[in-house]
Amino acid sequence: MNATRRSLLAAAGLLALPAVARAQARPRLVVLGGGFGGASAARFARDRHPELDVTLIERSRRFTTCPYGNLVLAGRRRIEDITFGYDQLAARGVRVIHAEARAVDAEARAVRLADGTPVPYDRLVMSPGIDLRWGAIEGYDEAASARMPHGWVPWLQPITVLAEQIRAMPQGGVFVMAIPDNPFRCPPGPYERISMVADYFKRHNPRAKIIALDAKNGFSKQPLFQDAWAELYPGLVEWRGASNDGRVMRVDAAAMTVETEFRERIRGDVVNVIPPQSAARIALDAGLAADSGWCPVKPESFESARVPGIHVIGDATIAVPMPKSGFAASSQAKQAVAAAAAALSGRPAPEPVYFNTCYSHVGEEYGISIVGVFRAQGGRLIEVEGSGGISPRSAALPPNRRAEYRRLEAIYADGWYESITREMFGLA
Amino acid sequence: MSWKAGAAAVAVALSAPATAGAQEATLLAGACQGCHGVSGAGSSGIPAIAGTMSREDFIAVMQEFRANRREATVMGRIARGYTDAEFNALAAHYAKQETRR
Repeated sequence: MNATRRSLLAAAGLLALPAVARAQARPRLVVLGGGFGGASAARFARDRHPELDVTLIERSRRFTTCPYGNLVLAGRRRIEDITFGYDQLAARGVRVIHAEARAVDAEARAVRLADGTPVPYDRLVMSPGIDLRWGAIEGYDEAASARMPHGWVPWLQPITVLAEQIRAMPQGGVFVMAIPDNPFRCPPGPYERISMVADYFKRHNPRAKIIALDAKNGFSKQPLFQDAWAELYPGLVEWRGASNDGRVMRVDAAAMTVETEFRERIRGDVVNVIPPQSAARIALDAGLAADSGWCPVKPESFESARVPGIHVIGDATIAVPMPKSGFAASSQAKQAVAAAAAALSGRPAPEPVYFNTCYSHVGEEYGISIVGVFRAQGGRLIEVEGSGGISPRSAALPPNRRAEYRRLEAIYADGWYESITREMFGLA
Repeated sequence: MSWKAGAAAVAVALSAPATAGAQEATLLAGACQGCHGVSGAGSSGIPAIAGTMSREDFIAVMQEFRANRREATVMGRIARGYTDAEFNALAAHYAKQETRR
């Protein structure tokens, strides 16, 4: 019997117990998805809301984070360093079910697992993440992604697939990247990836080239990334925006070529395609998404704007101006849980303040950041005026402070990663 | 804001009933926890904020960050998103045990 089967039986056994044996009467909060949003929600609910019965449904027993995946590409982290289990969340009293969730039945208030087992809820927090839109770039389907890795959804494809191709690339080879238009998971992620691949090439393949083809004309922390590329990797990185024919329309995985809007074909020795995305299928099937493929939510609670009783958080949501980031997801998670707990006891949601910081590593001892503080106002999310923003450009820093500032942000990036993963997986 | 005024605001905030829209310090503190750790004990390279300062010092430090009068990387950008009342609530949450009522 494999581990998944065993956990399903264990979960089914728990659910089959008579109500009196299950510390019943506690309202059931079910969290679907165990990433930055879902694991944070489960942890927060268990710590702050003892009145709730908390269940977390997550397909993977071991979860590899998207953040710091680019450092695996650089050879500065191992995949084991960014992979976590759920034992400590379970030890804290979260009922963890490792199973694929097949559907959400909002009428019956239950999540249906792949084997048909229903997991009933009084309030559901969904942090389902994203799906890749296979075929949105012609020729880019799941089969093509084996030759042209995306490295964007760890449970579909570990980052090591792309890392191994980078290691095996011939000296002086060409690394081609296709980057999607907004919105997509982790706005600075592709550019941190360019930086970390450049960091690897600088040390191990100094004649290599990176050609980054972008479906848009601007990107997160752009001046900081471009300054750093010029400073750290001169001549190594070529970035082309949409108006410079950067949009990739189709790929040919057999020929290892990508083709732009104006039909330029570019061959790569390694080709990394980050395709257009949507909220995960289960959210679309549950009727939570708008035509755009993303889920509208109420800004004060992250309750779905379409289906009452279900909170949607994280990358699957439309939460502009908040980015699709892990920190944003964890911030939304806590407010959603507090709002769900309030709703279950007939109280209004607390007034929200959401927060995000995204660090990016661009070189050794060289980090940059973007910060945002967000509030709900007039039925919308707004960024607090005068707050947040990106790290200063080097020209704006006193010369004797530049290196120190970048070094500190690299250190703080590592501290952020340590703190947030320890919190969400119950390690601290 | 003087120390006394700050302390008075904290007392009001702490004694306020959980009415509509009341903010919870634990939710506000989520912004701090992401980097300084779930208990505020810090992490490699990031300082501890729990039990290290008096309430009035905590508030003064945050106000200095907000006013760009204290050297920082992210803390100035963060502090400019929050009100004095929120600094007070966070100070009550993180201040040294012996100063707690």
